[in-house]
Amino acid sequence: MRSAQTPRARIAADFARSKLALAGLALLLIIVLIALFAPLISPQNPYDLAQLDVQDSRLPPGSASGKGLTFWLGSDDQGRDILSGIFYGLRISLGVGAASTLCAVFIGLALGLCAAHYGGRTDSVIMRLVDIQLSFPSILIALILLALLGQGIGKTILALIMAQWAYYARSVRSAALIERKKEYIEAALCLALPPARIVLRHLLPNCLPPVLVIATVQVAAAIALEATLSYLGIGVPITEPSLGLLIKNGFDYMLSGEYWISVFPGIALVLTIVSINLVADQLRDVLNPRLQK
Amino acid sequence: MLAVIVRRLLQSVLVLFLMSLLVFVGVYAIGNPVDILINPQADQADIARTIAALGLDQPLWQQYLIFLRQALSGDLGKSFAYNIPAIQLILERMPATLELALAATTLAVALGIPLGLWAGLKPESWSARLIMTGSILGFSLPTFWVGLMLIMVFAIGLGWLPASGRGPTTELLGIPVSFLSWEGIRHLILPAINLALFKLSLLIRLTRSGTREALLQDYVKFARAKGLSEARVLGVHVLKNIMVPIVTVIGLEFGSVIAFAIVTESIFAWPGMGKLIIDSINVLDRPVIVAYLLIIVVLFVLINLAVDIAYSLLDPRVRIDEAKG
Repeated sequence: MRSAQTPRARIAADFARSKLALAGLALLLIIVLIALFAPLISPQNPYDLAQLDVQDSRLPPGSASGKGLTFWLGSDDQGRDILSGIFYGLRISLGVGAASTLCAVFIGLALGLCAAHYGGRTDSVIMRLVDIQLSFPSILIALILLALLGQGIGKTILALIMAQWAYYARSVRSAALIERKKEYIEAALCLALPPARIVLRHLLPNCLPPVLVIATVQVAAAIALEATLSYLGIGVPITEPSLGLLIKNGFDYMLSGEYWISVFPGIALVLTIVSINLVADQLRDVLNPRLQK
Repeated sequence: MLAVIVRRLLQSVLVLFLMSLLVFVGVYAIGNPVDILINPQADQADIARTIAALGLDQPLWQQYLIFLRQALSGDLGKSFAYNIPAIQLILERMPATLELALAATTLAVALGIPLGLWAGLKPESWSARLIMTGSILGFSLPTFWVGLMLIMVFAIGLGWLPASGRGPTTELLGIPVSFLSWEGIRHLILPAINLALFKLSLLIRLTRSGTREALLQDYVKFARAKGLSEARVLGVHVLKNIMVPIVTVIGLEFGSVIAFAIVTESIFAWPGMGKLIIDSINVLDRPVIVAYLLIIVVLFVLINLAVDIAYSLLDPRVRIDEAKG
């Protein structure tokens, strides 16, 4: 009955064949839902100073606060519930990761398609920029920008976009160059369709699968990079802490044995990254036509 | 060959020009250069004098020329925090970073190639699966988080190794190094492992896929049919053929080891250039920031240039392609 399946159903069925990938997808869904509904499900608003009590600071996991709240994962030096801090931190981490990846994909698609479609000088200028960009590690590019611009959520997103767009531009260009030689494009050219229509309706959709795979891997990389930059104190500001900044805040206390302030946000970060990578890994196999029987 | 080198050199000069423009725009055009280049604690007369000395009262393009001239003559101002020339401060920290990066690269090569060979020889064994799972984790876990876990387990939990600092150093040809004393080595172990982990994962995967491809080749079958010992087949026939991509990647990745040293140095309080730039950003020591950015860009351009040239020397196919193109 496989022939009756729509491509979408086929992809879903192939994806579900790996139990590990399904577990990753389930975990990722839970994490995304937590991030979306953080204000509703958090035991405490960690940024409402009225709800914090300094006497509750650095309590170990499971202890009760003065106000009757239980700190299931302990509290930090300000008397904040770690669990609530993680829920709110996930919002920032996922938001920054997703926003920067979306923008980078968009820029990469536009430049990659331009390079492949126009060729010649446009192509060589764009690809030379891509080469230069890729000769520097992404962390260094982000660091240079943030060192010049200063901290901030918008600036961190900008730094992550600048660190990533070249990957997409390069892979879109090579996918588009292969697709352009195929017969359906030739047919479209023979019909004298306007170039914009050929690029957007014919070329673009067929270049998307590899971009989708790279984008899923890159979301995880972007989240990890943002966490690293925030851990170093040059990413998001202290007023809107992501998971990386939460980990940084607990680092000093870790040396004195109060592990929970850093470790639980760290576990949340690792679960997020690993679940995205599990999904991305399976997606790559499912969307790769060479592996289809 | 000469044409390749000249073209690469021209490209490097272009990169340097673009980066100097970016740093210049970042410092002079977006921010207020008075805030960035002059110590906020200076008094009015000092500020006026520095503005004149830096040429901040002149048009922007002239300021760029002044900036370029100063950068070329190695004068990028004094550090606010240490009150010594920024360039000198960074160069003093460079040996520590290079030692850490070399230690990490050595570790990654010494472990990565044997583990990758093993995983490529017996891909179905449980030990190979364990190695590959480990390498996936090494890829996806953020370096700083692994560093924290290393500190928590080996420094705080077990108390085997120190958590921070470089320990005593020994002079070797006038350069302070750690690896000559036992105490220095103890300080070096955790940061080196932390920094090596990502490259280790990369080398394992590269060696494994290279080995699996090489094992199917006729020359390996023939070597086995000749009755050569397994050690000779692996050590000479397989390893020699998979070395070219591995050597290239080790070279290319050395730059990224230096970049990621920023993270490792900050976690382990290793007194190198990376920790210096983060500290300088946090206390807004701008001359050091500007000097670091320029030095790191020059360093990267040099590394890329060296790798490109070495690559075209090693692999004749590249030379032929270049000659055609």
